[in-house]
Amino acid sequence: MIRDITIGQYYPAKSVIHRLDPRVKIICTLLFLISLFIQRSVLGYGAATVFLGLVIYMSRVPLGFILKGLKPIIMLLLITVLFTLFLTREGQELVHFWIFRITDKGLEITVYTAIRLIYLIMGSSIMTFTTTPNSLTDGIESVLHPLNKIKVPVHEVAMMMSIALRFIPILLEETDKIMKAQIARGADLESGNIIQRAKAMIPILVPLFVSAFRRANDLAMAMESRCYHGGEGRTKMKPLVYKTRDYLAYMINVVYVLLVFFIGRFVSFHIWIF
Amino acid sequence: MKMVQSEKLIFEYEKRDEEGNVIGMNRAIDGVDIDISEGDFVAILGHNGSGKSTLAKHMNAILVPSGGTMWVDGRDTKDPLELWNVRQSAGMVFQNPDNQIIGTVVEEDVGFGPENLGVPTDEIWKRVEDSLKSVGMLEYRSNSPNKLSGGQKQRVAIAGVLAMEPKCIVLDEPTAMLDPNGRKEVIRTVQELRRRKKVTVILITHYMEEVIDADHVYVMDNGHIVMHGNPREIFSRVEELKRYRLDVPQVTMLAEELRQNGLQLPSGILKTEELVEALCQLNWNT
Repeated sequence: MIRDITIGQYYPAKSVIHRLDPRVKIICTLLFLISLFIQRSVLGYGAATVFLGLVIYMSRVPLGFILKGLKPIIMLLLITVLFTLFLTREGQELVHFWIFRITDKGLEITVYTAIRLIYLIMGSSIMTFTTTPNSLTDGIESVLHPLNKIKVPVHEVAMMMSIALRFIPILLEETDKIMKAQIARGADLESGNIIQRAKAMIPILVPLFVSAFRRANDLAMAMESRCYHGGEGRTKMKPLVYKTRDYLAYMINVVYVLLVFFIGRFVSFHIWIF
Repeated sequence: MKMVQSEKLIFEYEKRDEEGNVIGMNRAIDGVDIDISEGDFVAILGHNGSGKSTLAKHMNAILVPSGGTMWVDGRDTKDPLELWNVRQSAGMVFQNPDNQIIGTVVEEDVGFGPENLGVPTDEIWKRVEDSLKSVGMLEYRSNSPNKLSGGQKQRVAIAGVLAMEPKCIVLDEPTAMLDPNGRKEVIRTVQELRRRKKVTVILITHYMEEVIDADHVYVMDNGHIVMHGNPREIFSRVEELKRYRLDVPQVTMLAEELRQNGLQLPSGILKTEELVEALCQLNWNT
């Protein structure tokens, strides 16, 4: 179950995309996602496809690996597609049976929505595949830094994220141990309906929580004893520094977004799909 | 110069019943006087619940005395203005190797302390490299701590403390959760450090084998210091140690038994070689 979550999963490889500054990747991903929503033409989607394809190619992450990341959203995708397909009433009717009708406009919107969703996931997973959780946290901290002014504890949130990442494997191992210990005592975790199985989880969750709190207490003490006192006056071992390739990446991205924007603005009405 | 010094140190906490009402006070530490000079290797021994860990936490100002005073490097730990200086000069290594590693990569964890102290970036890298080298973990610098063994994790924790350049390292039962190999590994690292870096080491433990090289040994029981002396003096008082529920090293035990059965052996034998030597001497003389 936990293995299916692709967020934070990292695909180690040596590529330009991997070496980019995490801030660049976060901001460019955001811009790419926005670009998906400001366009409604074949040309615009063509540009997005080319851009995404290029980035995937440069990242050296196998396409199959990225497509695997789409699995968890198949259900969501199907529901969205079916709803837009059958419930759009505008445009010319193509097929009609019982209460459902498919219109040309509906078909068009459906195709676009599907592409948009798929690209959305692919675009953001490229970011997590090519960035280690650590530098991702660093990047988020740095990108959100301006929010400090409105009293958002950005540093603390980033610290919490990185600690959470550190403890995920430890707690998983612990869960496994507790499960085995409870099974050895005769706990039945497999059979029964959902409610019974949920109830069977209690003897696992309670010790897990107790131990997590104990660990948190120990960790807080260890952090304090190493002079941790929040983000103030703290220096960085690995400060984020923009290099030429990062500026270049920004430029390419901005050019792409502007292109998409102008395509959507001026060309879209002339080249419809139908 | 005195590194760690305490005078009539008392630490109490509230005892509560099941509903959380205060029903009395518990004294974890009761009138402790210790005196540790710079560069010493001091061991504090004690059974579970003897107050030794509580004492250790005072040296890092994690706990503040309820009575009496504790000075670390001449600074009163009660003074809130000196808090970070105290913590910087007395680094602390804890028992559980998993719960004291903060970074997701070994080198980042070692850099955590210097980062908090506001050390410039170049200097952090230098310190990280130096301290990883001195615990022999340099080749694991870009590994995830989750993949290391217990002993290796403790060595990383020691490196993390070293990177803050403390004058004194307090190790609070660093080997309690390790297997015999890990235990040896950690103790060897500590000894190595002492030899090369000349830092003051305060080792809190209940394993007797680990303290035979110490300059001073304190034995704690029930919040009091009950014995104090060099290892040889302490270990020659086998009966007393047993009363405090401490195990004497096997060699010392054997020598003691032999002595009681009439063999002319000196008291306070700490190492196997010493016993062998003494036995050979015995044979020679007869």
